[in-house]
Amino acid sequence: MSAADRPLSPHLQIYRWQLTSVLSIFHRASGVVLSAGMILLVWWLVAAASGPDTYEAVEDFLGSWIGLLLLFGWTAALFYHLCNGIRHLVWDSGHALDLKSTYIGGWLVVAATAALTLIAWIAGIWRWIS
Amino acid sequence: MTASRMRSPLGRAIGLGSAKEGVEHWWLQRITAMALVPLGLWFVIAIVGLLGADLDTVREWVGHPLAAIVLVLTLIAAFYHAALGLQVVIEDYVHAEFTKLGLVIVARLSCFALAVAGIFAVLSMALGMTD
Repeated sequence: MSAADRPLSPHLQIYRWQLTSVLSIFHRASGVVLSAGMILLVWWLVAAASGPDTYEAVEDFLGSWIGLLLLFGWTAALFYHLCNGIRHLVWDSGHALDLKSTYIGGWLVVAATAALTLIAWIAGIWRWIS
Repeated sequence: MTASRMRSPLGRAIGLGSAKEGVEHWWLQRITAMALVPLGLWFVIAIVGLLGADLDTVREWVGHPLAAIVLVLTLIAAFYHAALGLQVVIEDYVHAEFTKLGLVIVARLSCFALAVAGIFAVLSMALGMTD
């Protein structure tokens, strides 16, 4: 059997996911998403420096459905990576490494991400219409 | 037995081992992470405050010395953090040596180029170089 044909471990079809490993994968995924999203940030800054026409193009894109969807994903990724990053820094200091703490911290991160994303978008929409 | 005797003669002859850069990579990832906690929160709050603003207002805000300084710091910390993080992800999942090296180089150079572009844009607004 060649290396490519060997069964994968964990066996993904019957694998029972755990919060801890899922959050770990999300941390990496959100990091990659944030990196890609920073292209938008630089585009926005360069356009603002360039002039009205270029800036209008960015505004039109960000205000479109696809732009808003990207921004929402980017905001959620940012708050997740920020909260889970703090969880990682706590671990790096040698604290909260037992199983119970990793689960409590994990759910805290999920709740904080949802809350912060919601708050940011409510504040944003409120700011936009006022 | 001392540590040096633990290596095989072949291992000693080839001389490969730790590149001695791991600790610095790990440490800089944490330092930039710590910096990005306040910088990231500040950035989101600032952007929410700017929603619906026209170009002149945006330029005026970016051009304020304090905002410009913090924006430049955010760009440096974020792109440094991204370059280090992307490198780890690439090294973990890409196993073909040539592709891995190529992707790490592309990621590094892209982060550097984007950081320079962003910083230049902020400075040009802060120093009134826009028309």
